[in-house]
Amino acid sequence: MADRWSLFRRSIVTGTLIEIETLAKDYYRGKVVIPVLSDISLQIEQGDFLALMGPSGSGKTTLLNLIGGLDTPTLGSISVGGERIDKLGQGQLATWRSRNVGFVFQFYNLLPVLSAEKNVELPLLLTNLSRRERKKRALAALAVVGLQDRASHRPTELSGGQEQRVAIARAIVSDPGLLVCDEPTGDLDRTTADEILELLQLLNRDYGKTIVMVTHDPKAADHANHCLYLDKGSLTGSQAL
Amino acid sequence: MKYLGLIWAALYRKPLRSLLTLASIFVAFLLFGMLQSVSVAFSQGIDFSGVDRLIVAPKYSIIDPLPEKHVFAVQAVSGVERVAHRSWFGGVYQDSSQFFPRWPVPVESFLAIYPEYLLSDTEKQAFINTRTGAVLGRPLAEAYNLKLGDKIPLIADIWPNKDNVGWEFDLVGIYDVADSSVDSEQMFINFEFFDEYRQWGQGTVGTIVVKINDPDQSAAIAAEIDRLFANSPAETKTTTEKAYNQMFAKQVGDIGLIMTGILSAVFFTILLLTGNTMAQAIRERIPELAILKTIGFSNMSVLMIVLSESLLIVLVGSLPGLLLAGFLLEGLRESVSLFNGVELSGLILAQGLGLACLMAFVVGLPPALRAMRLNIVDALGDHL
Ligand SMILES: Nc1ncnc2c1ncn2[C@@H]1O[C@H](COP(=O)(O)OP(=O)(O)OP(=O)(O)O)[C@@H](O)[C@H]1O
Ligand SMILES: [Mg+2]
Repeated sequence: MADRWSLFRRSIVTGTLIEIETLAKDYYRGKVVIPVLSDISLQIEQGDFLALMGPSGSGKTTLLNLIGGLDTPTLGSISVGGERIDKLGQGQLATWRSRNVGFVFQFYNLLPVLSAEKNVELPLLLTNLSRRERKKRALAALAVVGLQDRASHRPTELSGGQEQRVAIARAIVSDPGLLVCDEPTGDLDRTTADEILELLQLLNRDYGKTIVMVTHDPKAADHANHCLYLDKGSLTGSQAL
Repeated sequence: MKYLGLIWAALYRKPLRSLLTLASIFVAFLLFGMLQSVSVAFSQGIDFSGVDRLIVAPKYSIIDPLPEKHVFAVQAVSGVERVAHRSWFGGVYQDSSQFFPRWPVPVESFLAIYPEYLLSDTEKQAFINTRTGAVLGRPLAEAYNLKLGDKIPLIADIWPNKDNVGWEFDLVGIYDVADSSVDSEQMFINFEFFDEYRQWGQGTVGTIVVKINDPDQSAAIAAEIDRLFANSPAETKTTTEKAYNQMFAKQVGDIGLIMTGILSAVFFTILLLTGNTMAQAIRERIPELAILKTIGFSNMSVLMIVLSESLLIVLVGSLPGLLLAGFLLEGLRESVSLFNGVELSGLILAQGLGLACLMAFVVGLPPALRAMRLNIVDALGDHL
């Protein structure tokens, strides 16, 4: 297991990782403006595990997408690791995401035609790593999530929990500092959900990943260090856990 | 190249659908390879190189007769070694489904020019000396169970005889052929007897066959012969045997036009089919494409991935189709004389591959553009 530690463990850095100021996001449906987020300011520390909660439609996913650089704000600024990502164009954002963020979604979103290993390898196709090195890293990431013996399985041959582990391995394979997770346990039963949450906790604690996780589940939020509440597009409270 | 695994995997997504698409592309390009080769061979100029036999045919219509005195005039052209001729007898043996060509020929000169019809010396002499004599290819004799000395009755259609009764010939020889490219399903009869006994048309022949001394002179001699009869009532067109055979087939219809028509129809169908398949495949894969973009694949790489998939599927279908066409033509060339010289050239292969690329582009571009423009947030949420 030497790999497991050498490849993905990072020294814990302290300081602010994410800084959001007076952020607002509107969507447009034709000419109709839909205000989704307004006047959001917050800071997320390096190495934090933050849960984002709130009723359906409150804008959690929207905020998470902005933090992960999938979308750009209408107003305000977001800087991640000192970089103003709200200023980046689409292409630059794509490159930035590939280097700095891992994504985990509720519905795993694995490519059904690729094996677990090939799914995990996908982000590495964007690097200059050799084929051997890519394979080595993909297998190491699968080892971190405890699926080294399922490398050649297709997603259809895996359980939901296992699929989510593969998705997590894919999120960490290029060793990003930040993981954003949108209801990662939303589609899993209690026991499996807890296993996934423990895995995220491990990644946070032992691998120094900063994690922002949207969830509806108070039990899930318990695994985090902090909790932020969102309602109708505004922050309504925060709580240390 | 790193993306090859990813692109290749797309073929396995819906194996049955991929297989059907591949099969239709395969068939389309098989047809393309065959038809294009035939069409090119038929529209080629006449290749006189290395040819020592020429066919002198009427210039305007292959059913016009030529005066027999042309034969003597051709014989006098310098460089001509020997001249014979043949005519189309037509006729019916037993019933009209039993068809094989029957040619009245001047026996001695014809056999001298065509040594590939193998007859024993006794049979040859018998053919020359028997006015009502006829010879058949061995497969025909065997098929009709005919032996030397048997009578072969033929009902006249084009050529009634002076007594207005059925024609009757004596089988005096059964010929073998030197190799399989020679037509062994023909009947030759004695022109002299045919010419005397027919009701009309005396002194005319169908086409003249010319043996020349020096193959290098074939084009010049052909031109000389045609010049000889220019502005006469029976102008001629002198070509090689191969070109003549193909001209014969061409009379059936404009081969080139028919082939282009068939090909256009086939490709139009394939384009619709493949286009629909690709569009459908992309619709199903929107979440996957969104995830690729999420991970950091640029819009351009997603575009290229989808285009490459399209290229891959078209190439995997078309290349074997083209190769099989080449293969089949090789076989046909050896067994069917009409296919003599019909081959899948490098040019046609290149045209086929060019067409494949064009098709991949036309079919792949709309879904590729769609994939490129896909908005991640919309695609991941249900906001489409
Ligand atoms: N691309 C979009 N176009 C238009 N409206 C959108 C878009 N994305 C989100 N919205 C709207 O913004 C609001 C917030 O959506 P968001 O997905 O962020 O909510 P959420 O808190 O994640 O909800 P849930 O818990 O149901 O996932 C909703 O009213 C939604 O309809
Ligand atoms: Mg949401």
